[in-house]
Amino acid sequence: MIVDVNANVSRWPFRRIPCDELPPLIEKLCAHRVTQAWVGSLDGLFHRDLGRVNLRLTETCRQERGVELIPFGSVNPMLPDWQEDLRRCADDFRMPGIRLHPNYHGYRLDEAVFADLVDLAAAKNLLVQLVVRMDDVRVQPGLMRIPNVDVAPLAEIVRSHPSLRMVLLNALGTLRGQALHELAATGRVWFDISTREGVGGLGTLVREVPPSRVLFGSHLPLFVLESAVLKMRESDLDDRHRRAIAFENAQGLLGDGA
Amino acid sequence: MSRDHSPAARPLTRRGMMLGTAQATAAVTAAGALAGVSAQAEEGDGEIWDAHVHLSGVTGTVEERVDRLLEFADRLGIARLVVFMGTSFVRHPSPEEVRQQNDEVLRAIGHAPDRVLGMAYLNPEHAQESLAEMDRCIRDGSMVGVKLWVAMRCSRPELDPIVRRSVELQVPVLQHTFDHVDGGLPGESTSADMAALAVRHPDAALICAHTGGDWERGVRTIRACPNVCAEVCGSDPTAGFVEMAVRELGSERVIYASDAGGRSFASQLAKVTGADVSATARRLVLGGNLRRLLAPALAMKGAKP
Repeated sequence: MIVDVNANVSRWPFRRIPCDELPPLIEKLCAHRVTQAWVGSLDGLFHRDLGRVNLRLTETCRQERGVELIPFGSVNPMLPDWQEDLRRCADDFRMPGIRLHPNYHGYRLDEAVFADLVDLAAAKNLLVQLVVRMDDVRVQPGLMRIPNVDVAPLAEIVRSHPSLRMVLLNALGTLRGQALHELAATGRVWFDISTREGVGGLGTLVREVPPSRVLFGSHLPLFVLESAVLKMRESDLDDRHRRAIAFENAQGLLGDGA
Repeated sequence: MSRDHSPAARPLTRRGMMLGTAQATAAVTAAGALAGVSAQAEEGDGEIWDAHVHLSGVTGTVEERVDRLLEFADRLGIARLVVFMGTSFVRHPSPEEVRQQNDEVLRAIGHAPDRVLGMAYLNPEHAQESLAEMDRCIRDGSMVGVKLWVAMRCSRPELDPIVRRSVELQVPVLQHTFDHVDGGLPGESTSADMAALAVRHPDAALICAHTGGDWERGVRTIRACPNVCAEVCGSDPTAGFVEMAVRELGSERVIYASDAGGRSFASQLAKVTGADVSATARRLVLGGNLRRLLAPALAMKGAKP
């Protein structure tokens, strides 16, 4: 049993991907015993009509029967009246959380608008997923050079918002050492394994951060799902940690927000 | 204390496969093998060979590092590791540093000869010493290929003697390539450098490590060079990489590798196991192609292919 906290629907603009349509995506999830996936929409990075994007995401998730899809709506605080998008995610679509792309939407984490956004998300008891990167900055298309999100201000922001719960997606490729330790020490930041690298990388990760803060995330369909699955097999993890990462920690997070 | 590295001791061993007699295999040159001369016969039994592994990401002596790497590899059913560059990464190594690093790889091979293969790390800035090192490590030693990193762009003529010698020794040359959008290190090769080298040496067996990182560009760049294989390691486990490489280059020109320990075996193996390609293509990519490339050298050394 696996809960994948980092899946996406819709199309990536720079290439067609084997699982960028729903039937093969569901087939892939089922094949690897993923019973629940937390899903954002790739349209949320690029579209400005986020009301429509989030409605479509909700309908997609509601209709799917093979795997439980949990929608995480997009909110772009650089758009006018973004507060209404957030309100709809919480009140109308009953989403447990939102997914943010600060680097695609053009704001830094030390800007006031980000503090406003997490204020409101915390007030609505929304889990905040923050995506640090979508692809490798070294090989991005020349038309769209998007740096990784600078998470340096984040620990202080989390500390100053006592009810905020945040999941960093695609962060562990660059987030290491003291910065990682400081975020984990807040007790309210979780990390997905999609970009954790190094031989036996999850075994070393659970020595760097509490295992209760580590979540299975694939970054499907941009990444092959098998990457996260095989990392679980490769690494030195006891059964307790394996279960925690595969599904228990994610279930606990959604439970906390219920 | 050394572990039992024999195939029988591995938890995920696969059925062995004969590649043919040593004499027959030796008659197939490395470049001929790359051209797919006997691809069908050597498709393999599904045994996984990893073409790109470092003694990094783990600690201890060379032998302890090998044991640890094999422990991780065993969990994913990876039968053999091609190791190079020792326990340190030096971009412009002196001849002495090259010898030290290669000595570490020779120790790694000696520790687990049924599981670990090695390639000789060379610095083309030192031409004569590079040729001598090829003789020491490949002709007279147990290594089965050449590894070149970032000391010098591989399109430079200084590489020609090394590549010519690799043809004589019937071993492949594995060259690091990366097509950075902002440009790479001064001596770092791009996939275009690799293509230029391949055109000058059509009889050489060349492996384009990382396929330039920007694999959609890299695959296109080497497409017209039949003596170049695309090697898939060292980048994100992006969906579609292996599918495009197999479609554009043919399944005989794509090779699985991990770049462990900087990368996990898992993320890189997943590029192949998660790819939407035929079972035949998958077997070739996972091991058949590398076995075919290395068969002449292994046969000459009397090693088990």
